[in-house]
Amino acid sequence: MFKYLSLSAQENFPPLSQTADVVLIFATKRPAIRQAIGPSAKPESFAMSATQDAQAQIPVTVLTGYLGAGKTTLLNRILTENHGQRYAVIVNEFGEVGIDNDLLVESDEEIFEMNNGCICCTVRGDLIRTVQNLMKRKNAFDAIIVETTGVADPAPVAQTFFMDDDVRASARLDAVVAVVDSRHVLQRLEDTEEAEDQVAFADVILINKTDLVSPEELSEVETRIRSINPYAILHHSERCGIEIAKVLDRGAFDLDRILSLDPHFLEHGHHAHECAPDCDHDHDHHHPHEHDHGHHHHEENPHSVKGISLTAGDLNPEMFFQWINQVTQVQGPNILRLKGILAFKDDPQRYVIQGVHMIVEGDHQRDWKDEEPRQSRLVFIGRDLNWDVLKQSFQACAA
Amino acid sequence: MPTVAPVDVDGFVVRAGFLKSSAYFASGEGDILLSGNGETRIRVHRSGLLAAEPLVDGSGLITSGDDGCIYRCADDGSSELVAERPRKWIDLIAAGPSGAVAFASGRVAWVHLEDGREREFQHDRAVGGLAFAPKGTRLAVSRYDGASLWWAGTDGAPVEFTWKGAHLGISFSPDGKYLVTAMQENALHGWRLADRQDMRMSGYPAKVKSFSWSFKGRYLATSGANAAILWPYHGKTGPMGQSPLQLGTRPDVLVSAVACHPKEDVVAVGYQDGTILMCRFEDNAEVQLRRAGKGPVSTMDWDREGVRLAFGTEAGEAGIVSLQD
Repeated sequence: MFKYLSLSAQENFPPLSQTADVVLIFATKRPAIRQAIGPSAKPESFAMSATQDAQAQIPVTVLTGYLGAGKTTLLNRILTENHGQRYAVIVNEFGEVGIDNDLLVESDEEIFEMNNGCICCTVRGDLIRTVQNLMKRKNAFDAIIVETTGVADPAPVAQTFFMDDDVRASARLDAVVAVVDSRHVLQRLEDTEEAEDQVAFADVILINKTDLVSPEELSEVETRIRSINPYAILHHSERCGIEIAKVLDRGAFDLDRILSLDPHFLEHGHHAHECAPDCDHDHDHHHPHEHDHGHHHHEENPHSVKGISLTAGDLNPEMFFQWINQVTQVQGPNILRLKGILAFKDDPQRYVIQGVHMIVEGDHQRDWKDEEPRQSRLVFIGRDLNWDVLKQSFQACAA
Repeated sequence: MPTVAPVDVDGFVVRAGFLKSSAYFASGEGDILLSGNGETRIRVHRSGLLAAEPLVDGSGLITSGDDGCIYRCADDGSSELVAERPRKWIDLIAAGPSGAVAFASGRVAWVHLEDGREREFQHDRAVGGLAFAPKGTRLAVSRYDGASLWWAGTDGAPVEFTWKGAHLGISFSPDGKYLVTAMQENALHGWRLADRQDMRMSGYPAKVKSFSWSFKGRYLATSGANAAILWPYHGKTGPMGQSPLQLGTRPDVLVSAVACHPKEDVVAVGYQDGTILMCRFEDNAEVQLRRAGKGPVSTMDWDREGVRLAFGTEAGEAGIVSLQD
């Protein structure tokens, strides 16, 4: 088991990537795939340990967005609102706007590449260090907010919470929140891949400064954002005025909550607003597959990010796991996010799955209800993916 | 029979051990408890304490915190400010010969020499750990993609050791011949200083966070597996071609801390469930020193005679194990 290797040059070292390129984490204790699926599996024990872990894990909210979009304004709103929560705030740069908080850490972005530079094993070393330091003072705060730089790639930030065992044991990613400036976001999306990644990666998108654009412009912004990420929850705001509950404690990576957050997920694949009756948001009902038809001029660019939803009936679990392994192994760098609810043949329970690049985790959730149609649905957000092949190969996993 | 005298600590025990005349327990919440003739509680940092290291001569403790301060706390409970870097979280410190103190934050390491001079060492990427050589004022800094070996007191370019990846904790062998780092990946890396030969020690299921050199530097004990893993360093070629000792193997609990006995080939092994065993190299004989508790053992150290072991856990439990009645 323990081996000693003495080497004069790193090239001679057998690449770790042979074993570590794909990290499949099925259920909390990482049992082998076959343990976690099938009618004979006993998901109860995994579910219990997940509950215990969730209580001990500190929730982490990641704020992304271009410089000037309003991240710091949102952060200050969260911190000053009277909610009784104490936050540890990790910032990458002290901006012009001060942040008023007891526990504020300045942290230089340090990208750590592991396993021979595989993009999916890239993490933020400074976050690992800061989270470990914060854990020495667990009594001082209830939650962590990470503000990223304007040009940050959100993937390494998110992957840190799945790839590093120590961080994973003590903290859990709650949601990635992107703040966009409605005046400038279209231009940013044209100019930079980072802006597109931030929108694609987000669970919640706050379209800010809506008072500075016309209703037509706002609608164009929303259409463009939806074309990249049809599954995020969109909110409008002026000066980041938003209820904190719509931003924090989302459980966006929490397998148990994939559905409770989004009751229409299975039926329609579009987002669900949780607005009050007097809400004036556009409740658009785009169906994700519409975006395959190339109606929007933005989609003429084959490299732009888009979301797609795949559906099938009961799946053969062995074929499905083999397929998802292969898809994420080969196309992981192009897959930004994935989420799914699956029906396996002869399995009374729903299987839920979520992933970031090549990191995929899944678990049984609960029994299918009598009135629920047993339908498998998997959504991907990615770039340069061959959607037709994905669709066909997914459907080939049908039982 | 070993006896455990519990000590009351209010948070994550960052470091526990012995100074000349007392045991110390430094908590992440900021309290330092000195337990000798009676108990003294001191609080030097404005908020949290991130790291603590005993001085080489045992006359005091160096601590650093999220207030950017580094203090020297003496055995009698008095303390003085050594250095300050406002707004920085100082989470790495090392105590060197002749009173030198090294500390680091982000990509920069500093050395505070006994005469009050300070030197700054810049690195291109994140610093992961600091260690003074056993003799002379050489400072080894582990960093992303390798380690840098500086002369702490004089100008000059460092000797660079390169190996791709993030290097975290770092340690010199007591004879000064080897430099070993723990990596972000679950492996140790090392260099034989004489010929810069690379060494890679792998097979760990978790990160190695605790190292300890055994009596006379014969073995390097490490955490990160379901047994204490001890690499032999007494042969002419160190661990090359050898397999390590595996002591205190437990089927499903990882070792979280190790501390080698100062006079005998025995290691104290702390586990994630709070258990502490004492294991003999020769025959793997085990003695339980502490039963499981609320949290992983985060720190352990022996007194100079090797009759008492101070320990602390992440859950704020702490105590002194006495081998003699």
